[in-house]
Amino acid sequence: MTQQIKEVSYAVPDDGHGHLAEMRVDPVGLFQRVYDECGDIGRFRLADKDVVLVFGEEAQEQFFRAPDSTLDQAAAYPFMTPIFGKGVVFDASPEERQQMLKNQALRGDMMRGHAATIEAEINRMVADWGDEGEIDLLDWFAELTIYTTSACLIGKPFREELDSSFAHHYHDLERGTDALAYVDPYLDIESFRIRDAAREKLVELVQGIIDRRKERGTVAKEDRDLLDVLISIDMSADYITGIFISMMFAGHHTSSGTASWALIELMRNPETMSAVVKELDELYADGSEVSFQALRSIPVLESALKETLRLHPPLIILMRVVAEEIELAGHTIPTGTVVAASPRVSNRIASDFPNPDSFDPGRYIDPRQEDLQNRWTWIPFGAGKHRCVGNAFAMMQMKAIFSVILRDYEFEMAQPSESYRDDTSKMVIQLEQPCRVRYRRRAK
Amino acid sequence: MTFRVVADLGLCQGHQMCQGEAPDVFGFDEAADLVTVLQEHPDDSARSDVESAVRYCPAMALAIEEEA
Repeated sequence: MTQQIKEVSYAVPDDGHGHLAEMRVDPVGLFQRVYDECGDIGRFRLADKDVVLVFGEEAQEQFFRAPDSTLDQAAAYPFMTPIFGKGVVFDASPEERQQMLKNQALRGDMMRGHAATIEAEINRMVADWGDEGEIDLLDWFAELTIYTTSACLIGKPFREELDSSFAHHYHDLERGTDALAYVDPYLDIESFRIRDAAREKLVELVQGIIDRRKERGTVAKEDRDLLDVLISIDMSADYITGIFISMMFAGHHTSSGTASWALIELMRNPETMSAVVKELDELYADGSEVSFQALRSIPVLESALKETLRLHPPLIILMRVVAEEIELAGHTIPTGTVVAASPRVSNRIASDFPNPDSFDPGRYIDPRQEDLQNRWTWIPFGAGKHRCVGNAFAMMQMKAIFSVILRDYEFEMAQPSESYRDDTSKMVIQLEQPCRVRYRRRAK
Repeated sequence: MTFRVVADLGLCQGHQMCQGEAPDVFGFDEAADLVTVLQEHPDDSARSDVESAVRYCPAMALAIEEEA
């Protein structure tokens, strides 16, 4: 019974939905307090549900290893249903994921093509930069990653139909992930109204693309993409849009946020920035292609990216619904309970990551290898069977992005260092705006 | 000192990256969609390739165990 598990205190008064009020203003503070007050297993209230949060290697290994029949992922994220649309699945089963991996876009041998695609997309985005200027990190990387994820996961012809308006509506969808969805994902609140309007706009855009494809008629096989396949089996624009939203969702805000935070951490840590730039300059001195190198080892940059992911994991909580009674950290958890692990808290537990709040890429160098040594607690990508299936793609994308932008430009903060922070008021966390950065073309 | 190559089949997602890093040590069971360890005790000369396979496994399913 969950009653035996210690419940965390209240920092924000209970407004009838337990700790939901705190989830909406300071979720990181809430999860951290669960660990501080309760240890390896603790509990908070989210609307009418008990959420049991587990920490530490042993309990997290059990959590991440549990099969879907025991801990169900799909049911744990009710805020996603209105975004994908009814009937579009949150995530495939591990078997289906494996099949997708085998047949489709994330397969290892597809990566070379993706790396070239990403390089081309970055070059398009910097084409009008000139010698110096300023960008907003959230706007810029969110738009770039709309193009890269759509081009790589859906297809280049589809991507060519998109402009910044798609990114704009997509962003409104991501903002529609208020934790109030645990009360009712269709509550009449502003962010949900904006969310639903944004989804309709995306369906309209996709309907327009479908109409143009139908008018154009069939094209040669090599010029077709996933959209043509879905049109050919008579799927509605609404359903197709839902599939595309769900395919892009896991790879979009996560990659966009990680690229932004990596650049911020590099600007905050000039020695690491210099080491990364030096590494890249040497790597590309022979004129080799980004699409070639991004698939290979770039150790200094990789360490900086891993350390960025440790400190700023894009998902701060990973949840499952107990489908079959399970024992965790000495407690029997009944069916229907939500159990969770927090990457944001786990990644900063001092016993596994000494001096946990400091940015120290040296953690990943032999013999420390703090990621491999702590494979159940270093969890920016989760762990176990549901470990992010796109992590190799994501790392490649990050390596490609930094290879291009650090080769040609140098960056400096356009606002105080501590003013770059996450907006954690929604379940999908995003950089708080303004988050502006100045760039200047490097002297060659 | 020798080492043993360990693959956790409960974690493998079938990315097949390890085959690129150390093709003599890792194979793939197409039917099960899982990694197979071809050489549990490879020669020490294969160590750095196996270390790369461990480091870049997207599922963190591989490990090296040192043996005395």
